[in-house]
Amino acid sequence: MLSIKNLHASIGDKEILKGINLEVKAGEIHAIMGPNGAGKSTLASIIAGNENYEVTGGEISLDGEDLAELAPEERAHKGVFLSFQYPVEIPGVSVTNFMRTAINETRKANGQDEMPANEMLKLIREKSELLEIDRKFLSRSLNEGFSGGEKKRNEIFQMAMLEPKLAILDETDSGLDIDALRIVANGVNKLKSDKNAIVVITHYQRLLDYIVPDFVHVLYNGKIVKSGGKELAHELEEKGYDWIKQEQEA
Amino acid sequence: MDLKEKLVSSFMAFEERVDVHSELHDVRTAALKNFENKGFPSKKEEAWKYTSLNAILKNDFTVFPKQENTVQYSDVKKYFLHEIDSYKVVFIDGIFSSHLSATTHEGIDVCLMSSVLNKPKYKEVIDTYFNQIANKEESLTSLNTAFANEGAYINIPKNKVADKPIEIMYFSTGSEAALLVQPRNLIIVGENANVQIIERHQSLNENAVLTNAVTEIFAEKRAIVDHYKIQNDNLTANLIDNTYVSQKEESSVAVNTFCFGGNLTRNNLNFYHFGEHIVSYLNGVTIIGEKQHVDHYTLVQHATPNCESHQDYKGIFSDRATGVFNGKIYVEKEAQKTNAFQKSNNILLSDKATINAKPQLEIFADDVKCSHGCTIGQLDETAMFYMQQRGIPQKEAKALLMYAFTNNVIESIKIPELKQRITKLIASKLGVKMGFDL
Repeated sequence: MLSIKNLHASIGDKEILKGINLEVKAGEIHAIMGPNGAGKSTLASIIAGNENYEVTGGEISLDGEDLAELAPEERAHKGVFLSFQYPVEIPGVSVTNFMRTAINETRKANGQDEMPANEMLKLIREKSELLEIDRKFLSRSLNEGFSGGEKKRNEIFQMAMLEPKLAILDETDSGLDIDALRIVANGVNKLKSDKNAIVVITHYQRLLDYIVPDFVHVLYNGKIVKSGGKELAHELEEKGYDWIKQEQEA
Repeated sequence: MDLKEKLVSSFMAFEERVDVHSELHDVRTAALKNFENKGFPSKKEEAWKYTSLNAILKNDFTVFPKQENTVQYSDVKKYFLHEIDSYKVVFIDGIFSSHLSATTHEGIDVCLMSSVLNKPKYKEVIDTYFNQIANKEESLTSLNTAFANEGAYINIPKNKVADKPIEIMYFSTGSEAALLVQPRNLIIVGENANVQIIERHQSLNENAVLTNAVTEIFAEKRAIVDHYKIQNDNLTANLIDNTYVSQKEESSVAVNTFCFGGNLTRNNLNFYHFGEHIVSYLNGVTIIGEKQHVDHYTLVQHATPNCESHQDYKGIFSDRATGVFNGKIYVEKEAQKTNAFQKSNNILLSDKATINAKPQLEIFADDVKCSHGCTIGQLDETAMFYMQQRGIPQKEAKALLMYAFTNNVIESIKIPELKQRITKLIASKLGVKMGFDL
């Protein structure tokens, strides 16, 4: 589904990604771990099409289609979803209205009619129940005055609404208490199918107890330096990232 | 003959026509003299540094329209807040239109200024209020005073609540190639009284118009006044709005200015405090493009202790539009425990658009909280990326962000139907049809 080949990217003069290779197939969950500053969030942003970064080499494709020339919204229309580490506040636009706009723009781009209002309401009800979100919450302005946990839960609610092909969860566990973490993870697991794929970006192993990855990759200094199964996450939890750093510098 | 000469020489004829024997004669004569001495303001004056009237004054303005023009309600219905019932005071080319108006004298007065100025029964009110808070030194205000004859008169007596909003509407039909109109509004809101007013100036075709309006608002003790100015005129229309607000203790007055249209707009908005625990709100949303020019010039004179003022102005400027925000807060020595806040946030959407923002704080009391913040920026890129990531195309994302930017001012609109109207106006100004009613 997602294929990244020898990806190089920089911001200004600073090279952040130095040759990433990653293959994610439908039905898989991949975890990308690594110390702060390794380039994890940059990688997520670049897959989603953030134009602040310059791709200087390599390629990213989704189901064989090169994403290089596509704007962020075009990538979204093709099924790429990024759960933000720091979701943005939009005063005056309710969660419901924002979702309605997002869904209908996506449908329009894919040559479909707008979703009928009753269908939309049904979908909202279903997905808000999945994430145990109070209906009142949905009429509040998007992310405005939300706690860290509420913001993250709202991100996964949006993911549930949009049903993406490829979901990238960037530090979704940060700011979540243990109960919220369980709800969010449960939501993600229910959304998982053999037709979609999930990339979990995290600093800690904690989230991976709930969203169990098929593959774990360690990103360090702009490169994937180690890949393995879920046991790699436990090893990192025990030994910390210094072990990787030493190995790399040796 | 230039416009100033034309105005000065037509003064006698004007007074003959209205009522030369009235005691207002002295007020008018003094005002004309001040205008004659000072003339139209020029860019040499600090207060007019960024706004030039020169090009506009070159028009050969008709000072008094020749005939009464009839306008059908169906042609202008869209300019009214027709979704709800309202009192209406409507003028066409400066002349009162009885068939478009819905005035009242039952419990409250909503009627026309000319009848009040001339009737003996209103003499006391006129003596007490007329031209009392307007700045007698300011030349354009003086010009209006000299020719003051028509406009809206609103008087909400003590303990009365106006049961529906009042719409003051000035249409110009363009029957003259260029028309100068000088409406004069007097709004008196008694103790514990409450009123909502919507004011609009609208030209119905592309002929040049210059409106030099003066509005005096008197809010007595504990009065509550919500005044909305909708400025969405044609690109050939020019507006100089001079509004003076006098507030007594515990009163609350909000003037909300929504400025989308017109060629040149200058809003002189002045608040004066006479009593403690007064609250003043000055809100504005400006969205302009092409070569439009909008100048907000505000003054809040804190003269008494324990009062508050809140100014919140949002501006979005595209193309070659120019904006000015000059906000003056004056805190006198006696005005301890003043809370005075001022914000002017601006977004420039083009390299050629400009905004001149100038906060002026003069504080002579030592125990006060005052703040001002002017920001000038572009749209937040992270927010844009966030919305695009959710599938919202760039153009719509931009519009949503700009809407969000103006949101806290929109939220202050207390008439739901008006709020919806303004929201739609903003969406259309931003050039989008959203998937939902904003």
